[in-house]
Order: sequence, then C-alpha cells, then structure tokens
Amino acid sequence: MELDRQQLEEMYRRMCRIRYFEEAVIKIHSSGELIGPAHPYIGEEAVAVGVCAALRDDDRIAGNHRSHGHPIAKGGDVKRAMAEILGKVDGFCKGKGGSMHLADFSIGILGESGIVASSVPIATGAALASKLGKKDFISVVFFGDGASNQGACHESMNMAALWDLPVIFVCENNGYAITTSYRNSVSVDHVSDRASAYGMPGVLVDGQDAIAVWEATNEAVVRARAGEGPTLIEAMTYRFEEHSLGLDRIVKSQYRTQEEVDEAKMRDPLDIHRAAIISHGFTTDAECDEIEATVKSEIDEAVEFARNSPFPEPGDLYDDMWATPV
Amino acid sequence: MAMKTYIQAIAEATVEEMERDETVFTMGEDLRQSVYGATAGLVDRFGEDRVIDTPLSENGFFGAALGASLCGMRPIVETVTSFLWVGMDQLISQASKMRYMFGGQAELPVTFRIRMFYARGAAAHHSDRNYPIFMNTPGLKIICPTNAYDAKGLMKTAVRDNDVCMLFEDGIAISSRAEVPDNEDLPGGELLVPFGVANTVRAGSDVTVVGIAGGVQHALDAAKVLEAEGVSLEVIDPRTLVPLDIETILNSVERTGRLVVVDPAHKMCSAASQIAASVAQEGFWSLQAPIQVVASEQVNVPYSPALEPLIYPTPEKVVAAVRTVLD
Repeated sequence: MELDRQQLEEMYRRMCRIRYFEEAVIKIHSSGELIGPAHPYIGEEAVAVGVCAALRDDDRIAGNHRSHGHPIAKGGDVKRAMAEILGKVDGFCKGKGGSMHLADFSIGILGESGIVASSVPIATGAALASKLGKKDFISVVFFGDGASNQGACHESMNMAALWDLPVIFVCENNGYAITTSYRNSVSVDHVSDRASAYGMPGVLVDGQDAIAVWEATNEAVVRARAGEGPTLIEAMTYRFEEHSLGLDRIVKSQYRTQEEVDEAKMRDPLDIHRAAIISHGFTTDAECDEIEATVKSEIDEAVEFARNSPFPEPGDLYDDMWATPV
Repeated sequence: MAMKTYIQAIAEATVEEMERDETVFTMGEDLRQSVYGATAGLVDRFGEDRVIDTPLSENGFFGAALGASLCGMRPIVETVTSFLWVGMDQLISQASKMRYMFGGQAELPVTFRIRMFYARGAAAHHSDRNYPIFMNTPGLKIICPTNAYDAKGLMKTAVRDNDVCMLFEDGIAISSRAEVPDNEDLPGGELLVPFGVANTVRAGSDVTVVGIAGGVQHALDAAKVLEAEGVSLEVIDPRTLVPLDIETILNSVERTGRLVVVDPAHKMCSAASQIAASVAQEGFWSLQAPIQVVASEQVNVPYSPALEPLIYPTPEKVVAAVRTVLD
C-alpha cells in the first residue's frame, strides 16, 4: 500500500494542527488561563500522525501524559480538546479529565493517562477484546522511553506476544523521562531491542519522518489484522519544549545541552514532511501555505470556542460516576 | 431447593452468566486446574478463549480486563486479596477513575472475584482483608457475600453491572452451605440479588449487630449465646459496602438504640469505622450507648497459631461488645 496525495496532505494538516494547538496552549498557559499541567508534543508530531495515518476510525489508541498529539492525530476535534484543557463542559470529558485525560471513544481514543505506562495494559486488553470478539480492529499504545521500564509494559508485551494480540506498542523515545536520560535508564541500546525477548518484531524508526513512521506502522497493522500478533515500534524523536509547561522554573540544572536541543530542532518533523511531499511532487509550497493558514484559523476558533464554553455547574460534580446507577 | 456451598454458588453463577452472554469470559491464574475451586470444568465447557489462564502479571491482566471491557467484553477476573497489591496501579489509577475522568464515556463491566483467606496460618502476606481500602477509592463497587445464596445472586448482578465490581469471597464463608433455589423455582427464572439492599439476617430488639463478610457468622454465633440470657440481637448483613444501605442500619438502631459492628478488616479506617461514623452522624439521638467496633487488631497478621487467633473478631469478642453497649 502506498500513501496518496490526499493522505500525505492530511498528514501535514494534522501535524500542523498539533503544532499550532500546542503553541496556543503555551500562550494560554503563560496568560494564566490554564491552571493544570500540560506536556507539549512539539517536535514529536510525526510519530502520532505517522501511526494514526495507518489506522481506521474503529482502531483504538491509548496514550500518556504527553497527551494532545495522539487524539488530534487520530482525528479528534480540536475545539473539544481545547475546551477540555480549560476545564469546560464542551470538552471531551466535560471538564473532568483535563489535559492528561483527553478521550473520545466515538473515534477509538480510549484515553490518555497521567500514570506512566498505565495505558499499556489497557490497549493490550482492547486487542484481547478484538481477538475474543472475532473483530478486526487493532489497538495502539503510545508510551515513552521512561515507561518502557515499567512492569506494566513488560507484562503487557509478554501477554500480547503469548496470545498473538493485535496491538502495536509505539515507544516514543524522546531521550528523557523528565530529566533522566534514557541512556541512564534503559539497559540496552534501544527499547526495540527488547522485542525479541518477548518473541515479537522490534522496529526502530526515525520518529521525525512521518512517512517512515507510517511505513513501519502499516507493516505492523497488516501483521496485527492478519492475526500474527503484536509489534514493538521505537520511534526516535525529541521534544522541543520542556517536559511540562512551567518546569523550566523548577529544573535548575541543565540536563540537556543547548547544542543538543538546537541540533534536534534542525530536524523539525513538519519541515521534513513538507519538503518530502513537495519534492515528490504531491503538493506545492502554495498548497502547504494554505494548509497552514487554514489550520491556524481552526486553532483560533478552537481557543475562542473553549473560552466561550461554560464551566461545569456544581451540580455536575457527582455525574458520570456510575454506568449502572447506585 | 438444594443445599450448596458458597463455591458451588459462585461456580454456578459463572456458568450461567457465560452461557447467557457470550461476551462474558473468565481470566486469572490456574483456572484450568481450579486451584481456588470455582472454575473446575470451565475450559471443557467454554474453551480456552473464554477461560484464560494468565501469566503471573496482575497489573498486566487486571488492565487487560479493563481494556477488554471498554471494547464490549465483560471479563470476570479471579484473584486473591493479597495479589490486589500487585495490580494496584490498574485498580486505582484506571479501574476506579476511567469512567469519571473521561466524562462518563467509559463503561467498565469487569467483575473481580477476590478470594479472601485469613485465620489459617498463612501469615501476613496471604491474609489480607483489604476491602476498606477500595471503599476509600471512589468508583468501585464493593460486594461482600456471606452465604451461598447471596454469593450466587450478587455475583450474577455484578457480571451484569456496567461498573467495576470487586466481589470479596470471605474465607470463613466459603466453606458454608446454604439453600440456593433452583432456577425453575424462581419467579424470574434466575437468582439476582440487588446491590445496596442490606439483609436483616436475624430480627431482634435489644442490640443491632452489623456484620461484614465473615463477621456475620460471628454475630449469629454471639446471638445464640446471648439468646439464652434473654438478650435479643438484630443481625444485619449489608451485603454490599459500596453502595451501602445505611438506611436499614439506621432504622434498626432507631429501634434498639445500640450498635455493634463486626468487621474482619483492620480496625483503622475499616468498613466498621465508616458505618460507626455514619450512625454517629445520622443516628446519634437514637443511641443509648457508645457504638462498639469489633475489628481486627491494628497489627500485621502473625504466623504462630499462638498469636494469629488473637487479632480477629470472634463470637466471644462480639458477646463482650454487646455486654458493653448494654452496660
């Protein structure tokens, strides 16, 4: 299977959507409107977008605390995402989840999670449901290099390989678990090296290149849908911003050098994708500019929508506790 | 009507629910060999896909059950109280919170069947009675059946419930037998016991004794002893701790004016202390004596047979507490 022009442009659109969304979140945070924590996905856009471009609407994804990129890549509504981050009733979760818990079950987003690696068993279970229910949807979980050391991750990979579950483990290796370098916390050269220990393929991919990520994912999707089991993909990427908004005020020592950050920013995933699709003649500079302009106004509208959306009422406090009322 | 053991009742409920609904499946450790007694023959009947022997990975397979439940399945997970600790992240961070945190999008129809062994020389690592910890966590339904009838009826209700249900199978109660009606003798053709409805196991007039899990049997034993002395105990089994039928307890205390709560959990922040607090807050003017709690000592479970029996509630301790409230 090859990507067509429409898909490649849509990938660029979604990468821009994530980038401008995050830039808006940073702005809102600095103005004091956003009170909770937020973890910008800037620099890592090619991973979520490359992966989700290989998925169907009914495929499930689960994510982590760096939580805005995955749902937007899956097709989530930026208005409702922004409203959620501001704690408003029109948010995905009616303001009860916030930045780290964006979810839209209607398009397979089973939720982001604030506890590192806690989504990995959830996605594994979604794949188990697909297998037991004789369905053909698959599931994907996004997690970081830090999460790769959690027991939940190891337990899930073992079960998934043991039972040939249609799940794709996507490790977004951005080099750091907050400030701890993966070189100081992962016992092997690459997280993907661990795949062989579970008996599944491990694939190392350039996480700044959305098309390369799509290719690796697409192969894993074909495998998963054919009942051949899970794949571990490690996408090498980099977060351009601090771990979370405002952390630069707390983190005193420089755990990554300015040279390293500057060098990483030279490989901006948006630039790489834009250059690739133009050089292959799929689109033009003018068309890319138009996509950017359209997405910018989309994000402006999302911010406006979120600001105008009301806060929940005190009477909403106990709603949504139980599916079967007590 | 037949006399059945608690474990037979659980096994019957499992088979009936798996027959009724093909999305119900069972997962846990050593199910095929039925190490905990309630899964014998299930693999032969339903196949390996629906009866899954898991690796020793509680955090992993608790979470996998939750994930499967989000996608249309209704898992029954078998485990043991002491292994809940190993899977706590999934129970607390995901099971209890996902629905609320996602604004009501998630339905999590998972039933955790949790064997609760204690008072049998298994020492501190295998004697946990930890349901109060989960009462303190919003979002989980806590069920403590104390006899075979309730075990079957509450288990079937749990499997049909769309929230996470934790059903604690008390090690004292599991060897008990009770009459469990055959389905053809029941009006709806099956046994379903609703959540949040306490059972007045024994009517009485002098003292209300609320028993939690194995505490119900201690209360009934104490009632027999005291009956000979002309003291009448009303014994109430809440059956579910979340939701808790506090009304039945308050109504009883309004008549008796006296309350003893018997709880095998450690006494600090126990189910008993919550019930005592609620009655003190809402039923204070009915009380004629301070509420007494008979719960496990606030010490780890010792191994030696010379020490272990000292820590749990006993009928004798219940009798003593009743004498205190009547003093």
